[in-house]
Amino acid sequence: MIKYFFKRLFQSAVVMLIVAFVSFSLFNFVGDPINNMVGEETSDEERSQLRESLGLNDPVHIQFSRFIVNASKGEFGISYQLRRPVSELITERLPATIELVFISALIALVSGTLLGVYTGINRKGFFSDIILAISLLGVSLPTFVIGILFIYLFAVILGILPSFGRGEVVDLGFWSTGFLTTTGLKAIILPSVTLSLFQMTYIIRLVRAEMMEILQTDYIKFAKARGLSEKSIYYKHALKNGLIPVITIAGINIGTLIAFSIITETVFQWPGMGFLFIQAVQFVDIPIMSAYLFFIAFVFVMINFIVDILYYFIDPRIRVKAEAASG
Amino acid sequence: MSFLKINNLSVEYKMRRETVHAAKNINIEVSKGEILGLVGESGSGKSTVGNAIINLIDEPGKVSNGTIHLGEINIHDDLENIIKYRGKKIGLIFQDPQTSLNPIFTIGEQLIETIQTHLKLDIKQAKDKAINLLKEVGIKDAEQRFNNYPHQFSGGMRQRVVISLALCCEPELLIADEPTTALDVSIQSQILDLIKKLTKERNLAVILITHDMGVIAETTNRVAVMKNGNLVEIGQTKEILTKPKQTYTKSLVSSVPPTNKKISRFIIVEKENQPTNNTNIKILNRWTKKEIIKQDLVEVKNLYKSFDDSFFTESSKNIVMAVDDVSFKITEGESFGLVGESGSGKSTIAKMIVNLFKPSSGDIYFDKTCITKIKSNKEMMKFRKQIQMIFQDPYSSLNGRLKVEDIIAEPIKLHNPSIKNEDLKNYIFDLLESVELAPNSSTRYPHEFSGGQRQRISIARALATQPRLLVCDEPTSALDVSIQAQILNLLKDLQEQLNLTILFISHDLPVVRQMCDRIGVLRNGKLCEISNSEDLFENPKHEYTKELLRLMPKIETIYN
Repeated sequence: MIKYFFKRLFQSAVVMLIVAFVSFSLFNFVGDPINNMVGEETSDEERSQLRESLGLNDPVHIQFSRFIVNASKGEFGISYQLRRPVSELITERLPATIELVFISALIALVSGTLLGVYTGINRKGFFSDIILAISLLGVSLPTFVIGILFIYLFAVILGILPSFGRGEVVDLGFWSTGFLTTTGLKAIILPSVTLSLFQMTYIIRLVRAEMMEILQTDYIKFAKARGLSEKSIYYKHALKNGLIPVITIAGINIGTLIAFSIITETVFQWPGMGFLFIQAVQFVDIPIMSAYLFFIAFVFVMINFIVDILYYFIDPRIRVKAEAASG
Repeated sequence: MSFLKINNLSVEYKMRRETVHAAKNINIEVSKGEILGLVGESGSGKSTVGNAIINLIDEPGKVSNGTIHLGEINIHDDLENIIKYRGKKIGLIFQDPQTSLNPIFTIGEQLIETIQTHLKLDIKQAKDKAINLLKEVGIKDAEQRFNNYPHQFSGGMRQRVVISLALCCEPELLIADEPTTALDVSIQSQILDLIKKLTKERNLAVILITHDMGVIAETTNRVAVMKNGNLVEIGQTKEILTKPKQTYTKSLVSSVPPTNKKISRFIIVEKENQPTNNTNIKILNRWTKKEIIKQDLVEVKNLYKSFDDSFFTESSKNIVMAVDDVSFKITEGESFGLVGESGSGKSTIAKMIVNLFKPSSGDIYFDKTCITKIKSNKEMMKFRKQIQMIFQDPYSSLNGRLKVEDIIAEPIKLHNPSIKNEDLKNYIFDLLESVELAPNSSTRYPHEFSGGQRQRISIARALATQPRLLVCDEPTSALDVSIQAQILNLLKDLQEQLNLTILFISHDLPVVRQMCDRIGVLRNGKLCEISNSEDLFENPKHEYTKELLRLMPKIETIYN
């Protein structure tokens, strides 16, 4: 177990190092950082003085190791546009994105699994066809179109849900949450549903395919031959086996949700990290961009790491393989 | 008084174009304490009958006619309610213990769930009952093993768990669908003994579905023979096997390789639409045959092979030696057999000889040249041409997207790129003829052929390079017994006329006896003994060989 754990941890560290290098190159080699920081009227002397004080004349490997040390402390420099430390900006925006992603992942997972199981069991039913047809719409329509349609329907015509923003938030010091106020809760519905649709379709189809395959296996046939109830066969024996691949996909998808939240956040003017990133792109605000890149990679790697560890506990066969591999 | 009465049972599959009758008007009765064998080749409908009893037929099949009585009750009266009888009155065992257990629940969880579904017991009582059952089917340390997952059991132990699951609610009828086909000989006999013992102790009525006549002879009281969904013959096992009345039963019995003597050819009563005479082989004229010199063609010296799969983890202490210090020689023109149970390393040796695996250490000489030390591909090609292989599974060993002529042409063109089209065509026709396939087969695709015909295509492909050594890795294990007899006859004919040297690998002892001049017995990668095949069967020296011979199911037991 410990060996398995460290092997995975080591792999994660290697990935992070590579991402850090890309992020670092972005910062240092896309345009001249000094040019981006100072105004037109700065003299050459002042420029070279700034260059020296920022350590930009040091050899690349020393700059890179300094970048790593700073990144591990969460320091990514100062935003060109907003003139504030990037770390501060990110911690300010992070709760909004995390809450949005958490709710949409929950919607996608729960309804995706339920609908997937339903369509997997009732393969030829009328409702299954409808669910599959609608879910196909979910993937084929771009997120921003769905978002705008939702705003038009629920905010403009029906007027029951807000069209933008987070509503009132309660500041808990380290975290600002929208979950504690009615306006906050109302505000999160539209963006989170919009964001979850794509993932939900994905999970419905995955669970459905898994269920259909598993229902054909010998152990399900044997369970039927032992007279177990349908409920137990479907929801215990089949579903638990079917969820193993779903965990992998769902893990990767949570990362994708964070990355894709850019569009949803822009449509709904959601004050999260994606929104921050879009603004940064418009102003070529490289410290924010490189920090964002680094952060997203970190989330992906962490989720994958957690999924690998989860696997270990869910599938007894992997447990044995891992133990055999570590001797 | 019969316990199970199947009356006029018909099962049909309604397809888009036609209705397939998987079983037609079957009448079978089974009494308590009796084992009825249900025998037939693939597609004969034997499993369909087993599944029909508890209404587990896959869509779109359904029972179209007939009644099934269990004691006094017609269990097919109310198909919705048949779930009550599953597990409770009727237990079912499937072929493959590797796949019949849910991999992510412990065997204890699966046992308790089944027991509690049918019997009103609390967890504690159910657990006690489960542990007693595990002990009854011969699982040691049942208390500890109760919490193990299926993958922690070996194949034979898993099949015991499956049996305990089938029996846990004390059914009165047990249907065993090929319960030992996926198991090694030694495990097979243990499982069959267990089924016999339980039949007696619990006064069960048992239906044993199998294709193995040896198993039928040793285990069953009565036997029913099926073909194409029809019941051909039913009666006392001894009666049917010794004095079969129907032509089909006769051909089935005569196709079974005898275990107690060597015969020159199998008697084929019914043939699979093929030309029968195999008198002259045209490819003989093309064969650039050398005179046979009785010398060693293959010599294997101190061969070792271990599989160390992971690159990062250091090699751990328990490296499994797949092949462990094996040495033998094959003389030109002879058939050398390698037998052993699964995991004994027999296929690994074959793959090293045809150079698909590199040995960990040791040398293989072919015609006095050490082929394991050859580095250049060009040099190797000379030897690849002379060594060809026939694989076990005729379905996966042919590329489904190539026509038969392209499959056979590929090796010819590889070794003789300048061959003219006309020549190539004729050569392919000659090859097809020599394996008794019609010339028009050449433009068809593999999926249009049956398993036996596909194996013939494989043989034609192997012969295309005019090899001196033919490595046959379980060439007939995936085939029905009557087809097996035909393929074995073909191999014998080819060997005789083309002076082939054959390395024949199989787990099936009777087959090896019929095919081989000398035999090597493998166990866990080690060679136990090598001797002439008649000596080996009449006077085995090694303990393990004796054990194998004692345990192999013998159709001849019926005559005693």
